[in-house]
Amino acid sequence: MAYAAPAPARPRLLRSERVREGALRVSLFLVVLAVLWVLWEGFRFVAESTGLRIGQFEANDRTMPHLHDIVGQLFEPSRRNGPLLIDVLWDAALFTAKEAAVGFLLGALVGFGLGVLLAHSGLLQRGFLPYIVASQTIPILAVAPMVVVWVNPRLPDGLKDWGAVAVIAAYLTFFPVTINTMRGLQSVDPRALDLMRSYASSRWSVLWKVRVPAALPFIFAALKIAAPASVVGAIIGELPASIQDGLGGAILNFNQYYITSPTSLWATNLVAALLGISFFLVVLLAEKLVVRRAPEHVA
Amino acid sequence: MSNQAVVSLRNVTKSFGSGGVTAVQSIDLDVRPGKFVSLIGPSGCGKSTLLRIVGDLVEPTSGEVVVNGKSARQARLDRDYGIVFQDAVLYDWRTVAKNIAMPLELMGWDRARRAERVREMIGLVELEGFAEHHPWQLSGGMQQRVSIARALSFDPALLLMDEPFGALDEMTRERLNGELLRIWEASGSTIVFVTHSISEAVFLSSRVVVMSPRPGRIAATVEVDLPQPRNADTREEPRFFELVTEVRDRLREGGLDEDRTAPGEGELVRTEESS
Repeated sequence: MAYAAPAPARPRLLRSERVREGALRVSLFLVVLAVLWVLWEGFRFVAESTGLRIGQFEANDRTMPHLHDIVGQLFEPSRRNGPLLIDVLWDAALFTAKEAAVGFLLGALVGFGLGVLLAHSGLLQRGFLPYIVASQTIPILAVAPMVVVWVNPRLPDGLKDWGAVAVIAAYLTFFPVTINTMRGLQSVDPRALDLMRSYASSRWSVLWKVRVPAALPFIFAALKIAAPASVVGAIIGELPASIQDGLGGAILNFNQYYITSPTSLWATNLVAALLGISFFLVVLLAEKLVVRRAPEHVA
Repeated sequence: MSNQAVVSLRNVTKSFGSGGVTAVQSIDLDVRPGKFVSLIGPSGCGKSTLLRIVGDLVEPTSGEVVVNGKSARQARLDRDYGIVFQDAVLYDWRTVAKNIAMPLELMGWDRARRAERVREMIGLVELEGFAEHHPWQLSGGMQQRVSIARALSFDPALLLMDEPFGALDEMTRERLNGELLRIWEASGSTIVFVTHSISEAVFLSSRVVVMSPRPGRIAATVEVDLPQPRNADTREEPRFFELVTEVRDRLREGGLDEDRTAPGEGELVRTEESS
């Protein structure tokens, strides 16, 4: 008998089409980058040549360094006869990345576990959810010193200091993961659950074979928020932990020399942003590999 | 044993909520092995609820339900039946092959046995070449065939079908009706089939159970004596039209009661359709 043609929900792309789509994306990225560059430099040029002031704000080398100066600063020595700034920041970024990555994994696991627990018990949900929400309304700057004081003395030597920072990063990570895991686990089509009941399957099977796969798009949406947040958490956590080796230490340091070398701080911020973006991209890649859902279910 | 009813309902009643909306009332029904029995009736007559009671997805308020010689609950735990809903309800993160294998995984079949059975089932529903497709890449009719293959994969004694072709267009529906009869003959299972299409019920069934609404009751039973095997020509036979007319008349007789209870009982309809 004849078959109905498969619905063209996600047409397979030919290689040439994929190359073209890739090229389109790269050029779009470059165009937007160019537009931002033009806006920044254009504003500065206009403001400088017309003497425009907005309140106290005046565009100059200190408030709005040229973008090429910021990038150029990366390839200058960080101090007299010292290594290049980019080498210093590379090492700092790696250090912070370690804290953030460990914190992210810890937070994701704790967040997922909490989400599963709360999704299965209305009582626990009503009891604990308000406190979980409240935990996120306390500024991270207020929590970080306490975490350092509490956690650090209990850590083995290999984890000292940076381990406490990872816990702070985890603190920012777990919340969106918990909320979305909960929501995702409850998003299952009730008839899919009826079906599982008709197979007399255990709660455990229902969780791993139906609820969690159905929740994955929600969980990944949360992980995409949490990944850059874990970098922010790590950078902020380095301040009360008095860690000098990471980006937080670098930001604090260059902040003190802002008057003489504003581009150093801007360059450090640039590196911090790139670190956050690369965390995001890793999650995006993982999502592409893991989530096999109809296109309308994938953000 | 072989002549013992696969499904046996005695005086089964189901009321929902404290308001006591009665979905089905005092249902007596026997389905013998190898039979194809359709439940037909207007929306709100409780036919889906009845099917779900047989599957132990809903508990009856009173009455006795025996499936395959045991309680409905034990029959469910023993995986004595497969079920197909109006929508295919496929797990869209799984391929066609893995959807069909889902119940087998839960039953602890090993990989080789699963693969073997999945291949058989894909042949049965004629989806060769689509094993590695994902559900969203298939048409509605193909999705429903996957759902049927999944329900039959573990060779249950009983197949419960809740308006399985209700969401499909007329042409696809008629083609799948023919296929279902072929599958039924090949698998030798017993089928209880819920529908609100008269011609579908007559074409498929050995027996059509006509239900009337509010509360859902059995209004009549029509034995379908059309010869097997049935095909497209069956739909042209005079006897087919006689039976269609008879079922329609029985539905109308049952429906007269409905007018007396007046409209406005949308609650019952909602209960059934959300189920």
